[in-house]
Amino acid sequence: MSQELVLNAHNLKQHYEVKQGFLKPDATVKAVDGVSFTLEKGKTLAVVGESGCGKSTLGRMLTMIETPTDGQLNFLGEDLLALSKEQQKELRQKIQIIFQNPYGSLNPRKKIGSILEEPLVINTNLSKSERKAKAMEMMSKVGLKPEHYDRYPHMFSGGQRQRIAIARGLMLDPEVIVADEPVSALDVSVQAQVLNLMMDLQQEFGLSYVFISHDLSVVEHIADEVMVMYLGKVVEHGTCEEVFTNPKHPYTQALLSSTPQLSSDKRRQRIKLKGELPSPLNPPSGCAFHGRCQYANDRCRTEGPVLRTTDEAHLIACHAVEENRLTEVSGAA
Amino acid sequence: MSLLKLENLSVTFGNFRAVDQISYSVNEGEVLGIVGESGSGKSVSSLSLMGLIDYPGKVSADELTFMDQDLLSMPEAQRRKITGSDIAMIFQDPMTSLNPCFTVGYQIIEALKTHQGGTKKELKNRAIELLTLVGIPAPETRLSAYPHQLSGGMSQRVMIAIAIACNPKLLIADEPTTALDVTIQAQIIDLLIDLQEQKQMGLVLITHDLALVAEVAHRVIVMYAGQIVESGPASEVFSAPQHPYTQALLASLPESAAGKARLEALPGVVPGQYDRPKGCLLSPRCPYATDHCRNVEPTSQGPLERQVKCHTPLNAQGRPAA
Repeated sequence: MSQELVLNAHNLKQHYEVKQGFLKPDATVKAVDGVSFTLEKGKTLAVVGESGCGKSTLGRMLTMIETPTDGQLNFLGEDLLALSKEQQKELRQKIQIIFQNPYGSLNPRKKIGSILEEPLVINTNLSKSERKAKAMEMMSKVGLKPEHYDRYPHMFSGGQRQRIAIARGLMLDPEVIVADEPVSALDVSVQAQVLNLMMDLQQEFGLSYVFISHDLSVVEHIADEVMVMYLGKVVEHGTCEEVFTNPKHPYTQALLSSTPQLSSDKRRQRIKLKGELPSPLNPPSGCAFHGRCQYANDRCRTEGPVLRTTDEAHLIACHAVEENRLTEVSGAA
Repeated sequence: MSLLKLENLSVTFGNFRAVDQISYSVNEGEVLGIVGESGSGKSVSSLSLMGLIDYPGKVSADELTFMDQDLLSMPEAQRRKITGSDIAMIFQDPMTSLNPCFTVGYQIIEALKTHQGGTKKELKNRAIELLTLVGIPAPETRLSAYPHQLSGGMSQRVMIAIAIACNPKLLIADEPTTALDVTIQAQIIDLLIDLQEQKQMGLVLITHDLALVAEVAHRVIVMYAGQIVESGPASEVFSAPQHPYTQALLASLPESAAGKARLEALPGVVPGQYDRPKGCLLSPRCPYATDHCRNVEPTSQGPLERQVKCHTPLNAQGRPAA
């Protein structure tokens, strides 16, 4: 293997027990149900899907905010889930997360300086002046001015706050950044600034990103690999180029065709999806997508598909693709 | 025929002009897209059309007419009859704009009762008809559902049902799909456009999603910091923007940067209440700004159907025309 593997997840699961009410048995919500992937150093893996598909839960598991109920998670060759609490704490520093809403993820009562230094206070033995020097250095890296050190979060715009959140994530020199919808709360012109910053930092520090997003045009720009999730399962996984130019799974095709496009020649024929994401409390039998899929047949309704390789580096979980039942969908309308 | 016409509409909150002298008109059967970033005044301007700006906000205009009736000078009671029936609005967040204490049926019938009246049975039948129209399965049972029992997409369909209950001539949709997923967004936009074509309504679609406007709008207005900086037919504005701001917005979309490593970002942010620059409001962020731009505020120029508020509008090559 030429590239260094940073993160390797195998069959990760997160199931929640949910109380249904008195005398009723507990139900299980399979928020994430068997997700496997590998992430190479300096690469970006994008996780896309609609709300409720488990992409944020996946991000929380990778950063060990939540412990997976099943599966394996290897970080630089070490099994994260088998380690002791102390060792986990060490390694946890190397996987950081950036949250979606920069208005909610910064403590309004703390100055930017102390927000940035807090990870250092907790995890390192640096002196006060060393911490400040490090915070200042990071602030200049993400495009904040030195005078911002003594300001409070409410004095910043959304884009600047997201820069602060990124700086905080980078304070402990992480290897992996899990970015959970980092730009979806921002306006387009500011979104471009933050995306550029993220790409610059990736080059500078050799970071690997797990980029969670529902915005396909952003993903197409930033990702090396794309993983499409639907109701806790991965339905399609491949290189960014493969997935966007040659989407195979009916759900991916529908997602791509639903995304508005600026130029008329890039617009795809709109595939209309009926209905909505089914409730994870009561998932459909067989393939979770069959209720909304135009290619569904009896096999889809009873038997859940597994991820299969069609060609190199392109995995799809769909009976219809496997049996070649898909009619050719034209790329442009 | 022009449905709604406004001339130099301003909305001020104390000393702050949230909407600064905007003029536009909407015709029957037309889809008008209003785009802009947050803080550009697009929502406030539409709220002012509905008469929903409360003290200390002040609305002033040289002209604000709906079907040749002056909305500003007419008595409150008369205006109340027009808003909600002839002019209806759909708000951004469907989960919070429905009242959680009442059933969906009650809220639809409330709009009907206020504006049209009728027997209990007629109202109920009309409500079922409306829910069917917006594509809600099993409408009879849904009438007694509470908003928390509906998903985001379903709630937005109910909001649309309430808005079109009295057959409005003008529908204002303020970010109707921003809170929804893409596949649901596609469903809701298709529904809105279908209804608009069926009923030949005027539709004002307010959004920050440029691609969405490019797909459905006939005409488009680009707003920046409370002002209209560019307006024109959607295809022209998006293919050959004349205002540097429109150009920068389009360039900052990831889809415009295909094959490039970096996105074209516009530096800085939209000016707020206290840091409004002298001269052209875009001048601190504009790559083409001159001293003239920094000192003198430009006026809108060009033919009525294709206006641009810039001293040096961009030519077809995307450069300032000397």
